[in-house]
Amino acid sequence: MSHKFQYLLRLGDNCLVLSQQLAAWCGHGPALEEDLALTNVALDLLGQARLWLSYAGEVEGRGRDEDALAFGRDGLDFRNLLLVEQPNGHYGNTVARQFLFDAWHRQLLAGLCESSDPRIAEIAQKAVKEVRYHVERSAGLMIALGNGTALSHARMQDAVNMLWPYTNEWFDSDAIDAQCASAGVAPAASSLAAAWRADVETVLGRAGLTTPTYTGHQRGGKLGVHSEHLGRLLTALQFMQRAYPGAQW
Amino acid sequence: MYAQLVETGAKAVKTLDQMEPQERAFQERINAGIKTEPKDWMPEAYRKTLVRQISQHAHSEYVGMLPEANWITRAPTLKRKAILLAKVQDEAGHALYLYSAVETLGVTRDQTYLDLLSGKAKYSSIFNYPTLTWADIGAIGWLVDGSAIVNQIPLCRCSYGPYARAMVRVCKEESFHQRQGFDIMQALCKGTPEQKAMAQDALNRWWWPSLAMHGPPDELSANSAQSMAWKIKQNSNDELRQRFIDQTAPQIEFLGLALPDADLKWNEARGHYDYGAIDWEEFFNVVNGKGPCNQERLAARNQAWEEGAWFREAMSAYAAKQEQSDMQGAT
Repeated sequence: MSHKFQYLLRLGDNCLVLSQQLAAWCGHGPALEEDLALTNVALDLLGQARLWLSYAGEVEGRGRDEDALAFGRDGLDFRNLLLVEQPNGHYGNTVARQFLFDAWHRQLLAGLCESSDPRIAEIAQKAVKEVRYHVERSAGLMIALGNGTALSHARMQDAVNMLWPYTNEWFDSDAIDAQCASAGVAPAASSLAAAWRADVETVLGRAGLTTPTYTGHQRGGKLGVHSEHLGRLLTALQFMQRAYPGAQW
Repeated sequence: MYAQLVETGAKAVKTLDQMEPQERAFQERINAGIKTEPKDWMPEAYRKTLVRQISQHAHSEYVGMLPEANWITRAPTLKRKAILLAKVQDEAGHALYLYSAVETLGVTRDQTYLDLLSGKAKYSSIFNYPTLTWADIGAIGWLVDGSAIVNQIPLCRCSYGPYARAMVRVCKEESFHQRQGFDIMQALCKGTPEQKAMAQDALNRWWWPSLAMHGPPDELSANSAQSMAWKIKQNSNDELRQRFIDQTAPQIEFLGLALPDADLKWNEARGHYDYGAIDWEEFFNVVNGKGPCNQERLAARNQAWEEGAWFREAMSAYAAKQEQSDMQGAT
């Protein structure tokens, strides 16, 4: 399988899995305004997932479209980061997961806007506009909740601590990253670390939260070695296509 | 109809001669088709009726998100998922406009909402039915939103300005929702035998609740006459139900589905479809909390409210701190 195909799956699966998680909040958020705003983010990410997966299918050249890739692969073939498959938890866990991801996603998309592959650059240019808003929103919520009440402060600190070990695999470079970076298709994975860290530390600082010092990390998502959570998420995501194979909807 | 059995407090509609001058002037403006705005004088009973109706409508939009959201994570394609997400988001938007419209009548959103959570306020009976298959998402868009449109188009001409204006926007979105529901049904009916069976089952289950949704028959609707005199309501429940049936029966035939009612037949002499007896006992049971999902729906709304309390408190505390530091910065 081509490196570019694998790389596109990583991009698409991150958006698909995170969108699926956010969609589960719809109707159950802590306020109507949050239902509206979080659903916007879910819709943006779903739209991005469709663009990346459609292109992945074309690059693969085996006739798989966005749906075949979304609904027809088992967890071992999913290439999303471990962070995005971590459970929604309480709303603060969801906000923290979103912020850590958004800050990275924005850096990544900014790099992808310069891709040597015009289709990737085009998708990234559309997506980065949406993701700039996602970061603004999730960073704003981090700052508000970090400073809000003693309870919200404690919850947000716990959430950041719990998710922190999942934020390093993004910067690990493997053969697929290296190949895409050397072809100018994507920025080098490690090149995003400094800017991400600076952004995150600034926001955590303004939120009155401590940046965790824990350095051990969880890895495997990019290669298809996931946490237990992904399987359950896929059970819901893929139910209809598995129960009625080949049907048109 | 998203508001059912709205109490007006009136035993009989007064004639102009029986009214005090202020009320008479109000009624004459209504009769002349002039909209009432939040700061205008209005009879207390008119205000209370609107609060009941619009808040019930808002609650229906908010609770109505739940049965459809039940299928977002399981939508069969990514495109269908995106459409459904956007649709349920629209319902949240409708709830927000409507809670705002209630606020123009002097009741805060929290007060209104707490009445829903305590079970005091009602919402449309239809949302107490379960969504068991993907076809139910099609049936809700087609039949439930279809019924809602029939009811809400006349509400665009309602005498209370903020409600009428909210309805204009809501109706535009609802008509998109109805088309997407019908589109889901069409895809199912063109599909495999299993898909068509799923569509038939959904039609059979949603048909009668969609008819009941328009509210009890005119002879049992004590409040309709007053609401109509105030031009909050423009048509009777039976008129709207007939309109919905007349537009939907040919669509059932177009889809190639079996009619869900043996008595549903075109009556040339009346120029309308005849239909069978609606089970009003079931309707009143559902309205009174004994429907299949009443407990779950209310529990879900209460759970979201309680689990979100820390978040709302934190956001308010932060806003207050910001305001305080802005004031200190200004001095």
